[in-house]
Amino acid sequence: MMAYYGEEAKVLSGGMSLIPLMKLRFASPGTIVDLNQIQGLDYIEEAGGYLRIGALARNRAIVRSGVVRSRHPLMASAAPTISDPVVRNRGTLVGNCCHADPQGDWATVMLCLDGEIVARSVDGERVIPISQFVTGPFSNTLQSNEIAVEARIPGGTSFGEYHKIERKVGDFATVAVGVALQASGGSVSRCGIGLTGVGPSNIKCYEAERIVTGSGLNEHTVEQAARAAAADAQPRSDHRGSEEYKREMVTVFVRRSLSAAAGIRAA
Amino acid sequence: MPEFRTVQCVVNDEPREAEVEPRLLLLHFIREVLGLTGTHLGCDTTSCGACTVLYDGLPVKSCTLFAVQADGHEILTVEGLGSPSELSPVQEGFHEEHGLQCGFCTPGMMITATAFLEENPNPTEEEIRWALSGNNCRCTGYQNIVKAVQWAARKMAASGVSARGANPIM
Repeated sequence: MMAYYGEEAKVLSGGMSLIPLMKLRFASPGTIVDLNQIQGLDYIEEAGGYLRIGALARNRAIVRSGVVRSRHPLMASAAPTISDPVVRNRGTLVGNCCHADPQGDWATVMLCLDGEIVARSVDGERVIPISQFVTGPFSNTLQSNEIAVEARIPGGTSFGEYHKIERKVGDFATVAVGVALQASGGSVSRCGIGLTGVGPSNIKCYEAERIVTGSGLNEHTVEQAARAAAADAQPRSDHRGSEEYKREMVTVFVRRSLSAAAGIRAA
Repeated sequence: MPEFRTVQCVVNDEPREAEVEPRLLLLHFIREVLGLTGTHLGCDTTSCGACTVLYDGLPVKSCTLFAVQADGHEILTVEGLGSPSELSPVQEGFHEEHGLQCGFCTPGMMITATAFLEENPNPTEEEIRWALSGNNCRCTGYQNIVKAVQWAARKMAASGVSARGANPIM
């Protein structure tokens, strides 16, 4: 169907972003292709070394998923902060990533966890790292004949937290910070740090991640990583808060999460 | 002219069928096609929850679904909760605890509270506040709404009646 309708078609999964955009006339697709008729796209499962989340898995199901909680605590921490409980009954992670709102939370979580999007078309399937999938505000790299059918995350992480300041439930993040780690003993084999709401896109903090994986967790590296993440933030002063406040909150949240992971009392 | 589509669904336990414009919102289908005006249009931006209905048993904001998405599904609106002579526990709770002032948000509040109490019949105050956080009330400060839900939970525990009332229709 996507190949037939091409550029004029938009895919509907949860509809929690597409329908509001249509009301605002920011989107007026000639054709809407409703995925909801497709059976078996609502899975959340671990298979082949990946946590796999189907395009119709609702945020409600992610909040309640045992495998999400045990394998990726960052995702479990972020899920209850997505929009509000009623909207979570419809909204999906895959749809949120496709919508590519720079204020969206799931893309930050996916950046932290090295997530990928699986796209399918009549020509076959391809896997796109989230860092390449989102190409800018409200734009992604899907071809007009492709549908994103799955988000997948390799391996597992032993620690994860998503700290989000929102003025009220359902608002966009004033600042949000995701931290995920795979740690054993003093060493950290995997570290993901990402930011929401403090730049023109979701931000992955490569330098802060490198500090943690390279030198492990101690009071010194925690502080270094928190400073590095704040340096990656590009906040703007607006009605949600000043540039200085948002940048400081990035430092605080990264420090708080890494300290919790290391068992250090945060300042 | 857009092609009209047939929607066949069950609303408040009654089979309904209508021809609709494909981009008609579920909210307008419920209010204007079916004439069930208990479901309210509030913000029209997926924020306030005044338009909340149950869609296959789960609360959704009907201003942000298309009517055609109801095809083959079950909808419960506030009209399906109870009757004036036999209120559901949640309706009775809102009455007993005065869980409303202007009443505009009340249908959505009661629908969300009903589904919540089915899932969690013995909630804490904090759990109630989280469950209702997608429904806005601009009058009451929520205190009496929370009390109303607590009242309904006690009534359910004492009477063995489900959140949807003595004659659950879904």
